[in-house]
This record gives sequence, structure tokens and C-alpha cells, in this order.
Amino acid sequence: MAITDAPKIITSRLGYDDSHTINRYVATGGYQALRKALTMSPAAVAEQVKAASLLGRGGAGFPAGVKWGLAPADVWPRYLVVNGDESEPGTYKDRILMERDPHQLIEGVLLACYAIGAGQAFLYVRGEMALAQERIAEALNDAYQAGYVGKGILGTDYSIDVVLTWGAGAYIVGEETALIESLEGNRGMPRLKPPFFPAAKGLYMQPTIVNNVETLSNLPWIVANGGEAFAALGAEGSKGTRMFAVSGHVRNPGVFEVEYGVTTFRDLIYAPVYAGGIRGDHQLKAFIPGGGSAPWFFEEHLDLPLEKVTVDKAGSMLGSGAIVVMDDTTDAVKACLRLVRFYARESCGKCTPCREGTTWLERILQRILDGHGRPSDLELLLDVSDNISPGLTWPPKQTTICPLGPSATAPIASALGRFRDEFEARITVAEQARTSVPVELKAPSHA
Amino acid sequence: MPEPEAPAADGVVVEINGREVVARKGELLIDAAERAGTYIPRFCYHERMRPVGMCRMCLVEVDTGRGPALQPSCMIECSPGMKVDTESEVTKKAQDGVLEFLLINHPLDCPVCDKGGECPLQDQTMAYGPGESRFVEEKRHKEKPIPISDLVLLDRERCILCDRCTRFAKEVAGDPLIHFIHRGNDTEVNTFPDEPFASYFSGNTVQICPVGALTASTYRFKARPWDLETTESTCQQCSVGCRISIDSSRDQVQRYAGVDIDPVNWGWLCDKGRFSHESVTAEARLGEPLVRQGDELVPTRWADALGRAADALRGASSPEAIGVIGGARLTNEDAYAWAKLAKGVLGTDNVDAQLGDGLPAEVVLGLPRATIDQVCEPGGTVVLLGPDVKEELPVLFLRLRHAVVSDGVTLVEVSPRTTGLTGLAAASLQPRPGEAGELVRALVAGSDAERDVAGLPAEAVNAARRLLAGSRGPLTVVLGRPSVAESATAVVDAATALLAARPDTTFLPALRRANVHGALDMGLAPGLLPGRVGLDEGRDCFAGSWPSVPASRGLDTEGILRAAADGHIDVLVLLGADPLADFPDHDLAERALAGARAVIAVETLPNASTRRADVVLAAAGFAEKAGTTTNLEGRVSSLSQRVTPPGTARADWMLAAELAARLGADLGVLDAEEILAEIGRVAPSHLGLDLAVVAGSPDGVLVPLGQPEAGPSSSGDAPEGQRGAAADAAAVRSDAADDTTTEEAEAAAAAAAEGAATAEAQAGAADGAAAGGDDAVPDEPLSAPRPELVAFVAGAPGSAPPLDAYAFRLVATRKLYDQGTTVQASAHLAGLAPGTAARVHPADADRLGVSAGERVVLRSARMSITVPVELDPGVPRGAVALVTNQRDVRVGDLIAVDGPVTELRIETAS
Amino acid sequence: MARLSPDNVTLALEIIGRYPRPKSALIPLLHLAQEQDGHLTDDAMAHIAELVGVTPAEVLGTASFYEMFKMEPVGRYVVNICTNIACQLLGGEELLEHAEHRLGVRPGQTTPDGLFTVEDVECIAACTEAPCLQVNYRYFHRITHDEFDQLVDDLAAGRRDDIPPHGTLARVRQHIPPERRAGCVLPEDTATPVWIASASTEEAEA
Ligand SMILES: Cc1cc2nc3c(=O)[nH]c(=O)nc-3n(C[C@H](O)[C@H](O)[C@H](O)COP(=O)(O)O)c2cc1C
Ligand code: SF4
Ligand code: FES
Repeated sequence: MAITDAPKIITSRLGYDDSHTINRYVATGGYQALRKALTMSPAAVAEQVKAASLLGRGGAGFPAGVKWGLAPADVWPRYLVVNGDESEPGTYKDRILMERDPHQLIEGVLLACYAIGAGQAFLYVRGEMALAQERIAEALNDAYQAGYVGKGILGTDYSIDVVLTWGAGAYIVGEETALIESLEGNRGMPRLKPPFFPAAKGLYMQPTIVNNVETLSNLPWIVANGGEAFAALGAEGSKGTRMFAVSGHVRNPGVFEVEYGVTTFRDLIYAPVYAGGIRGDHQLKAFIPGGGSAPWFFEEHLDLPLEKVTVDKAGSMLGSGAIVVMDDTTDAVKACLRLVRFYARESCGKCTPCREGTTWLERILQRILDGHGRPSDLELLLDVSDNISPGLTWPPKQTTICPLGPSATAPIASALGRFRDEFEARITVAEQARTSVPVELKAPSHA
Repeated sequence: MPEPEAPAADGVVVEINGREVVARKGELLIDAAERAGTYIPRFCYHERMRPVGMCRMCLVEVDTGRGPALQPSCMIECSPGMKVDTESEVTKKAQDGVLEFLLINHPLDCPVCDKGGECPLQDQTMAYGPGESRFVEEKRHKEKPIPISDLVLLDRERCILCDRCTRFAKEVAGDPLIHFIHRGNDTEVNTFPDEPFASYFSGNTVQICPVGALTASTYRFKARPWDLETTESTCQQCSVGCRISIDSSRDQVQRYAGVDIDPVNWGWLCDKGRFSHESVTAEARLGEPLVRQGDELVPTRWADALGRAADALRGASSPEAIGVIGGARLTNEDAYAWAKLAKGVLGTDNVDAQLGDGLPAEVVLGLPRATIDQVCEPGGTVVLLGPDVKEELPVLFLRLRHAVVSDGVTLVEVSPRTTGLTGLAAASLQPRPGEAGELVRALVAGSDAERDVAGLPAEAVNAARRLLAGSRGPLTVVLGRPSVAESATAVVDAATALLAARPDTTFLPALRRANVHGALDMGLAPGLLPGRVGLDEGRDCFAGSWPSVPASRGLDTEGILRAAADGHIDVLVLLGADPLADFPDHDLAERALAGARAVIAVETLPNASTRRADVVLAAAGFAEKAGTTTNLEGRVSSLSQRVTPPGTARADWMLAAELAARLGADLGVLDAEEILAEIGRVAPSHLGLDLAVVAGSPDGVLVPLGQPEAGPSSSGDAPEGQRGAAADAAAVRSDAADDTTTEEAEAAAAAAAEGAATAEAQAGAADGAAAGGDDAVPDEPLSAPRPELVAFVAGAPGSAPPLDAYAFRLVATRKLYDQGTTVQASAHLAGLAPGTAARVHPADADRLGVSAGERVVLRSARMSITVPVELDPGVPRGAVALVTNQRDVRVGDLIAVDGPVTELRIETAS
Repeated sequence: MARLSPDNVTLALEIIGRYPRPKSALIPLLHLAQEQDGHLTDDAMAHIAELVGVTPAEVLGTASFYEMFKMEPVGRYVVNICTNIACQLLGGEELLEHAEHRLGVRPGQTTPDGLFTVEDVECIAACTEAPCLQVNYRYFHRITHDEFDQLVDDLAAGRRDDIPPHGTLARVRQHIPPERRAGCVLPEDTATPVWIASASTEEAEA
């Protein structure tokens, strides 16, 4: 076990009831990093973030400092867009940060804009998160009043408006180019990268940095304590601390900030200070290591550290830090269908394979679940998946613009790969029903 | 359209299926591959719209050094060393997969689908598609075709969501009235409830839809592709001259489609052009000649009708007692034959193809010329001084829109009311009617205006002035008559001022009606002979082939009508003209028709004026005869015969020849091709032109020959000499000599003439060269040296009468759909004419105490009419805007053509 | 009717003013309209089209992409029950079924009294608190069937004034005081930000 005593970097205030207020924030060291940064050059601030090796927490895990450097030199204006659209199945951490520590996020935004020279920032919050919108609105109003945001921040020549904006229910808008479309008032349909890498051609075709809420929430600590201090925590390829939500069949589901790259899945799922093990006297069947799009892991993966490169190599991803634990009572077909249905419902509809393919997959699975499966369905599931994500490899190849379509194939490849017998059992029952008198559907047996 | 040759200079070498291919810099892979002979299947990609990469059909394996990966070839620009495999297993599987996905929810109702037989989805499926469907679920169901406009139906089940129609609507037409709605698998194309896809360009979406989701209400279930016979031609609904294909079956025209030619229409058509095919097959078509018996026109034999017409002509008291009005409906060959008949045989110069609503022929032909491409040249500046381009020259509107939206062109609009382009203009100024000349002089002046100009605040004028002053390169001007309720004086005045201040300015004439340009070129204008020469200058050229040439300049349409009204015209020939509907001054037209002793109408469809004729000669119309036409740029392109004319109707040139024969003369022509050859021999601006030259130039041939084709870089910095005959025309002559403006004009003229001399020297060589090859060499060279072509005659500043506090000035404009004969003979278009109201500025309405919807009396010196009022901030204060040729309201009743403007009073109707 | 009220137009103009391009305000304005009427009326969409300078079809195109926008009237309380993976594992589907029974409607339907609309929704970011639901986008965590019944009773009886009627999201709005406003930065504003420019001059001087 590697349960470390790393400091809480982003969840340090969550113990306070009034953690969301400006008073509490300022009383606990808030806006000191901003004061410090304003005595530094923008480049020096960016340098700290680079030194911290802060990986993006939105899913792709791209180093924030490197991303900032991708904006073409001397092209102005630039924008910062904060991705607060958290919607990946299993993911629950950005909402906590937005509802309970909005000033930390705002300070992070101010630091980022200062460093990259953004002319305006847009904080895009998921539409369904009414409380987060309220808390951020209140925090922004207070921060404007107090002179932390807006014109001539803290008496310097640094001026920026941070605009709270929000969505209206569409998972795909979490994808950064779709987010930009949405922010332009359009349907949230992704743009093709290349050529539309936001850092070069983003909002209004200007250089735009899109960062996740958690990513930005790290900045006050990094600037206050130095990038080196951050990089001293964690493993080689995964620095600092990170929030993980452990949900599903565990005794103590919750969101935990742990040292990145060191703690293992076993620690997180089984340690009493974290999720406390599988509920009742059940056994682990499978777990999703990084949100609904991630291929499933099993018993044999428990001792992998929560480290980006290691997990990628093992054939899945840490994605958005969402671990969903399934015990032996879980119906693999049902779980698989539920995830596939998510992607089918959330497809933006732009790419033919995703629009048509994910729905087709959902309908085949529903048919199997409803007892109308056919023996050829399993190959069909795999072949349709293959036409969305050729080769069903990891990382996925895609016939689509964005990874949403291929995401629907991960649960199929995982569930069919490991629990094919459950699918076959349902189909056998269906076959018998077709050829004889109706039989009551039995729950599948679990290995 | 990808063209066959790639310039090697800045080419990018890529490897496609093992072969080296040189792509253009920035070229999309899908285009480069197609040019190299590898067609990559596609549905969403359209070469005239921005790629979206939606359908994923064009996926191919591309290796840019990091191993092969599937990429949409419609979104990927060729980069050096790129290796592409369009035939690999992975590529094939991806493409087959996409096709299967597209088909799972497709109704496969090909047997009853209008697109069946010419459907890319169907073709792809036949070529590559999976045999048996693996999709056993129920397909998506939607209500079968729903009308999304009067002209277009949408079948959402068939739609494959390629974004072509929606992209067209937003990106090309600027009418985003259809849109994707809902999401994911529920996505569909639709309109906002109760807000139809009322776009002038809606038919293009039918043409570019890759399946049968969008169909035209004019064509549903009419024909199957395999029954159709197709010919390319040129649309004759306006002077843009879009290239089209005509499809017929069973000798009936069934539909038109746009053909993509680079210099003109890019494949687009307006709906009036596209759906006017219904007028060809209209019930009302004249299929036999008619003669007057008392109050009635009765069918007769040709011998009788032609005999009566010839008798009337022969009986005219003098050549000057014959007037010929019209010609825009004619082919160039028809026009030449009629010019030869009128001027060479009958000896009258009272001939005019325009109906008092255009610019003087010398202005049209004499101004230095810009092509559409030159007007739309990226980064350029364009002055719009003419009619509403969207209403009258719709596809030119599309080109201008593209130029502004995508190519950074700056528009400065001078128009008596806002237009379809106002929203795109960097500056839009609405001078008081009649005062455009004064305004333009202020716009090109060297310093800011200090007080209001033409009713406009000095700041607005000065802002636009600075915009023009700051523009780089030559100005181009789209020039025409903005309103038929004012004379051409102000426009000519404005053109003079522009040319004086910026001598390199070039002009695109915004001509009304299809082949006006060809008709003027062929001499259907007073004082002119075919080939853009004056009577005296051209006399020698025609000595050999024409019996005679009129001694002196005759009357224009206004003059002919006045003479007729005064009883001085014995025979009035209407060559496809309807002065009662189209001449601005209705009362004068009325009196003229009454005053002429005999009226001969040559027409395809009956109209108000033919009903007053004594003899009606039934003419073959569009798609019923071959020939050539000339668009507003001076671009000569072919017209084709696809069907036989109704009844015994014949080509206009034949009627001219028949009449000549009856008058004892021989026009010496046996077919259209021969006429064209004669034109190429004798008409100075057309020397060397013949059918082979036209047929060999799919983009058409610009006249005067010897003028280089416009290229993206040719207009601005081309050496003077290369500007060829355009520079001839720049030889500005000035009548008035003593004010500064004209002095400047003269300086300009001198400069231009210098260039013209160089052009002249090259003309002989260039003629042949530009016309393309051996065929272009004239068989019989001109007997005399090529005379000087007609030159622009500078106008003198005119002035409108002072405006008193009660007077309003009339602005009379056109709409795309009106009571004109083709629109009304096209069943699906007829109902689209919007009607009209008196549009006044809200402040004026306020002052008068009238409100929207209220009926008022508009009273001019001539007459009064009663119309409802509408409030419109796009109309300048002190003006009333009306649309001509609409139901119930005859604007022509108000207009008297003798003044520079038409003044009105507004009275509340009791 | 159902165009935006004068007060809402004032608000709308303030919101539009925060974005470099008016169309960017579309989603916030649609929320405003939904707050006003409980759902999106055609008139409101047409009005918003005027305010941001696009066609009504474009407004509909955007609005219909997002599931929070309702083109038809819904209940005063929209009850969104999550059945996505984490909730499914801990009884989300059973909770939904219970709700259907209790309220007598299928997902997407509204009770005849117009009080409740039930929806079967995707992950709402409360996965560790499964099974969970939202009423008008206010969270209820780890909810039992009994608690659900109690909640419904309370709502029906008007005992939950912490939950505003459907359409109202945040009850606190962002307000940028004019004197503190830095201003919109338009894509056309190509000047180097002052603090970047001054930093580089300092650097050059050093
Ligand atoms: C389908 C899809 C959904 C996504 N959803 C989210 C999301 O809800 N929140 C988020 O921060 N990033 C999401 N992302 C990742 C973003 O595209 C982007 O990588 C991220 O916001 C960048 O921020 P970071 O570099 O700080 O991680 C999603 C990506 C995809 C492809
Ligand atoms: S993969 Fe799916 S969600 Fe992503 S752009 Fe394509 S259709 Fe939209
Ligand atoms: S043609 Fe390239 S994606 Fe449709």
C-alpha cells in the first residue's frame, strides 16, 4: 500500500462550511498567489506551471504548461476557456471544486490569463449545475468588488473580465472544440483537429487555451509554493496530487485527493481511509479506471499505480479520475448497454459512424438484453464497433472526428472480451425461446 | 471543379497509391487525388463550400510520417511527402462501414425517388455496398415529404445529414432558414415553425443534395434520369448568364440545373432561372402567328402574317417612320439579323433594345470594363451604384457575397434605398433620388465634405470617402439604373466623376434583361452598328455585306414612343418587348401604342403589348433554338436547342430573313452558325468569332476579342497594353469643357488613350490568340482597318429640382418575382410576386400622421394611385419606394420620363 | 406573447454585452426565456433571434441540441433521475421505476396536474452519492424510495421553497460593475495585452 501524507492541494478548504465565501478564501491564504504573480513576469508564472509538470485533469492528461506554449507567438487576442462541463460517467470532482471552492478556481483562472496573456476568460459550467453557477456568480461578484477581477487588478495594469457562462445539457460539449462551438452560440459539434487545435484556432478562430476546472484549481498552490514543490510530489510522469471519485459497489464511495502516480487502485478501492473495499461480502468483478470511455480493468490490474503512463500502457486510462467499481452481482450485459446507451444518446450526430453506429450498437444490446438476441449478434457488435474504431485498439483509432464514437466501443470490447459467456447465455435463452415455448428469463450466472 | 493541370511552381509532391502527384499548395487531398484520376467517394464535400468532414465517406489512409491513419481527405491539405492509400484494406473497410451506416436508416425507396438513377448514395451502394442488410431493427420514421418552401420538399427519412443544403443556405446564400435541429440520431434538417425556406436560391439545395431528400416541386415524379436528354446552355432570365444544363424528355423541357463555370456562376442558379423552365412549356405559349380582326387577334398562316407585316413595313412613309424596340430576348444571331433588317434593309436607325430603364448604349459599351472575377477580386473595393443586385442579378449577388464574406472585398453602396447587399457593405449611403452624382463627386473628392450631401450627413459621406481613398488597386463599379423613376443622368454623372478621379476604375454594367448586351453589341441601339461602332465609324466595314447603313442617328425607345404618340410612327416593331409593362412611363407607352399606325410583335408569350398588336409573329424561345448570348461582362456563350418550338413558332432571325425576302432583300443567312460567322467577319468587336471559337471555350469568350480573360491577378497590376480593348473603351470623350471635373476627365481620357494605342497595336495578334487557335483567324479579314470602338461619353452634372417640404421623390425598383411574362407563365413562380406598398421612412410617416397598413394616395404631376403604406427605415427621408410590375399597383402611372426625378405628394385616402 | 419581457430584455442586453460576439449569448438567453415561461416558446426564440441577429431557425438549431431546453411545456418540477453506470449499480433504475409508479408517468411525461415531469437522465456528476436525482437541477443524494415519496409530497404541498419552478437555474446572476469592467476583447482587437507588452519592455530594458 502506498498511502502517502501528501498535502491536500485543491481540497484543503472542503472542511469548512463556508469554504465558498470570499472571506474564508482570503482567510485561508486565498489570492496571495495572485499578488505574488503580479510581482512576477507572465513568463515567469508560466515557467512555474511548466516546472510543476501539471497534467491536464480533463481527461487527455496533456501537460498544461506545454499546452500554453502552443499558442502561436504574438497572435492576439487569446482567450481562456474553463471547461466545467463535467459529464463523463463516473466523474465527480469539478462540481465539488466549483460549488465549494469557487475562488480557488477563479484565482487559477486569473493566474492562467496573466501568464498566457488572455484578453478575456469564459468559465463554462455544465448547465445542470445550478448551485455551481450560483456559487461562481457570487464569487465573481465578490471578487470584482474586491478588486481581484476586472479592470486594473490589485492596482496593476492587468485587466481581465471573467465571464460566467453555462451550457444546457450535452455531454459532447465537454470536448474542447465542441465547447468552443457552444460558447459561440452554436450546436456543440466538435471541429476536426487538425486544423482546429484550439491553441491555434479556437474561440472566434483565435488562439484559445481550454483547461479543466481541476487543472486550473491547482494553480494558486503551484504559484504560491513553486512548481518545484508540486513536482516533488507524485511519480515521474504524474506529478502532484489528484482527485479521484470512487463510486459503485464499494463500502465508502467518495472523492479523494491522493498523491498522483504513487497510490494504487488497490489502495483507493480497499483502504479504509478511502473507499474501504467491496460492499458486503462480494467480490470485485471489474472496475472502470477513468470514466465511462475507459476500457475496464479487472482483479489483475489492482496493483497498478494511479499513474498516467502505466495505466495507458496497461490498455486503459485514468481519464477524468473516475473509478467505477462493479462487484460480482453486476450484470455485464446491462452495464455494457448502459454505457453504450450513454454514448448513443450523447452523440452530437456529426459523424456517420458515431451517429448511426452507436445507436445500432445500443439497439443490438437492448435486443440481447430483452431476450431477442441472435447468435450472429456478438460478431455484429464487434464488427460495427470495428467500423467506428478500426482494430478496437488502445488508444483507439477512429473513423470519427472526436473520440466519443469510439468511446462506445470500449465497454463492448471489455465486456465481450471478459464476459462473453453472459452474452451467450442470454442469446441461448433467446434462441430456445424462439424455437420452443416461452421460458422465463433467468438472471445470468456470475463467474 | 478540380482542373486537369497543376502548376508545378509551388506544387506539393504527395504519393497517392504509389504514384507521385503534384498537388497545389493548400489543395485538399480529395481534389488532388481527383485531378490525378483517383476519385475518392464523398457525400458532404462540395468544392464550392467549406469542407466539414461530416459524412466520413472520404476516409483514406494517410501517412505523414507517423504511420498510416484514417483521415477525411476532404479536410486534409496535401503536405510534402504525404503517402496516401485509397485502396488499402483499412480504407475499404472504413468506407464500406460508412456506407452501411448511411443505409441502415435509409428508406431505400429508390423506385419512387426522384433522385433514383442519379443518386450518389445509390451509385455508391451499387458499386461498393454490402449485399444484405445486417440491420434488423426498425428504421427511423419521419413524416414523408414536407414542403419547406413553395419550391422545395424535404423527405427527412432519405436525408443523410451531409450539411450541404444547410451549409449552402448559410454560407453561400446567407439565408440560414434551414438548419440542423435536435441531436445525434434524432438530428434532422428543418425550418423554424411557420418560417419557410424562402430563399431566392433554394433550388440549389435540391441540386446539391446527394440523395433524394430535397426535391423540387416542379419536378416531382416528372421524369426519370434515364429518359432525360441533356444539353448545356446559358440561362436567359437575367444578364448574368449562368451556365445551365437543360434536361428534356419526350421533347419537353423538364428541368434546369446549374453548371459550374469558374468565371460566372460556380454551379449556382437563382430560383427564377432554375424554375423558369415551366414557362417554356406553358400553356400560353404562342405556337402560331396571329393577326388582328377587329378587336381580336386570330390565328393565321405564316404566309398571311408575314405578308401583312411586310406590307405594313413597305407602306411606311419613310424609314424614320419605322421603330424597333426590344431585343434582349433574342440570341446574338437573332439580334444581328434584325439589326441588318432594320438598319441595312429598312434603313431606320430608330432601334433600341433597352426600354428606357437602362443606361445609354454608349455608356454600357464605352466604359472600361470589369469582369465578375475582377469585381470580386480578393481584397478589392467595389462601388455598387445600381439596382438591387440580389433582386435583379441574383447570382452576381452570390458572387459578391462570397467576395465580401470570404475574400475580404470592401463594398461601398450608393443606392436610393437599402438593398440585399446593404448588410454586407462597409458603407451604404442612400442619397436622395436624383442626387447620386453629387454624392459620388463628394465620395471621390480630395477632401472631406463640410456639409450634408444629397440629404446625407457629412460624417457618413466622409467615412465612406476615406474608405474609398484608402483602398488599394483600381476601383471596380457595378453600374446601373437604381430606380426607373429617375433618369440615367445622375448615374452617368457619377460614372464620369469616378473615372475622372480614379482613371483606372473599371465597370460592370448591371444590365436589365438577359441578352441586352448582345443586342446592343449587334447594333440594336440608335447610332450604333454591330460590333460596338458608331454609324459613321462602322460604315465602311458594312459596305460589303449590308445593302445600306442609316445616314444619321435615330431615336431611342423614349424617342420612338414619343414619336409614335405624336403620330410619326407608321410601324412599331416589338421584338420581345412589352413597353406597357416595362417602360417606366406607362402613359407614354399607352399613347405610343395607340398612336402607331401598325404594331408588329415578335413574341413567345402573349403580354399586354402583344394584345395591342396588329400582327403577332410566334417566336421560338429559349431551349428551342441554338445560338449565342452575351452576358453583362461581354461574355459570349452558347445557347442550345433541346426541344422543338411549340406549333410552328420560329427563330427570330428566320422571321427577319423572311420579312427581308418579302421586302425584296436577301439577308444572306441560312442558319445561326452562318450568322455568327458573318458577325465574326464584320463586327469590329467580334472579329474572329465563330461557332468553333465559342464551342471551344466552355467558359465563354469575352468580347471585344483581344481582351485577356480575367484572372485573380490580372486586373490590378496588368500592364496597360494588356488591358487590351478595355482600354480602347477608356478613351473618354468629354463634351463639357469648363468645369474642373471634366478637366480631370479629359486628363484621364488622355492617359487611357495612350494605353489604348498600345492595345490597338496588339489587337490583330491578340484577336486570334485569345480566341483560341487556328479556328479563330477570321476567314475574310475586315475590308477596312478596325475602326475605333464606341467610347464613353462623359455626362454633365445634372441636378434634381429643389425639394419642397411637402414633396417626396419616387424610388421605383424591381423584385425578382413580378408580373413579368416568364414569371407568370411559370406555375410555381407566379404566386411568389410579393406585391408592393408605399415604403416610407418611419419619421416621414410620423410627420404625415400615417401608419403602417393605411392606404394613401400618391399623386404625381401625371396621375395618382392608391396604395397601403409600409414603414421602412431603409428608405431615405423624403422618398417613397415602390416596386414596379406588381399586382394591383401600376407604378408607371406616376412616372413621367421627361424629368430627372419623379416628384410625389402623399395624401391620406379618404 | 411570450416574447421576452422588458426586464428580461434589459438583462439580455447586459448578457449580450459580455461576449465578443452577440451569438455567444444564445444559450444564456435561452435559459432566460425558459426561466420566464418554463419552456421555450416559438415567440421567445424568434425574439432572441432578433436580439442576437440570427434567424429563428439558427436559434432553434442551437436550442434543440441541448436537452435542458424544452420546446413543450413541462411540469413545475422536473425530476431527473440518473440511471447511468454508477447509479445503475446502486439502484438508479429501480428508483426511476419507483418514481414512475409513484407519479404515474413514463420518463418524459408530465403528471396531469402539471406538477412533475420525470426524466431518465445521464450521469449528473454525483456518482459517489448514488442513487441520485435532481429536481429542477437541485441535487438529492443517496435517495431511498421513502425519501423520494417524502420529497414528492413536500413539493406537491409547496413545502420546498428552496426549489424554484422549472426554468430558473442560478438565483444569483453575475453582475459586472461598470467601473470594474475590463471590457470585451473582440477578435479584431489585435493589440498585445498591456501587461504582456510592459513585461517585455521591462525585460528589454533589463
Ligand atoms: C467526448 C469528450 C468529452 C469530454 N468531456 C470533458 C469534460 O466534461 N470536462 C473536461 O474538463 N474535459 C473534457 N474532455 C476533454 C477536453 O476535450 C479537453 O481535453 C480538456 O478540457 C482540456 O483541459 P485539461 O488540459 O486541463 O485537461 C472531453 C473530451 C472528449 C473527447
Ligand atoms: S464522434 Fe460522435 S460526438 Fe464526436 S464529433 Fe463525431 S458524431 Fe459528434
Ligand atoms: S466528403 Fe469528406 S467527410 Fe464527407
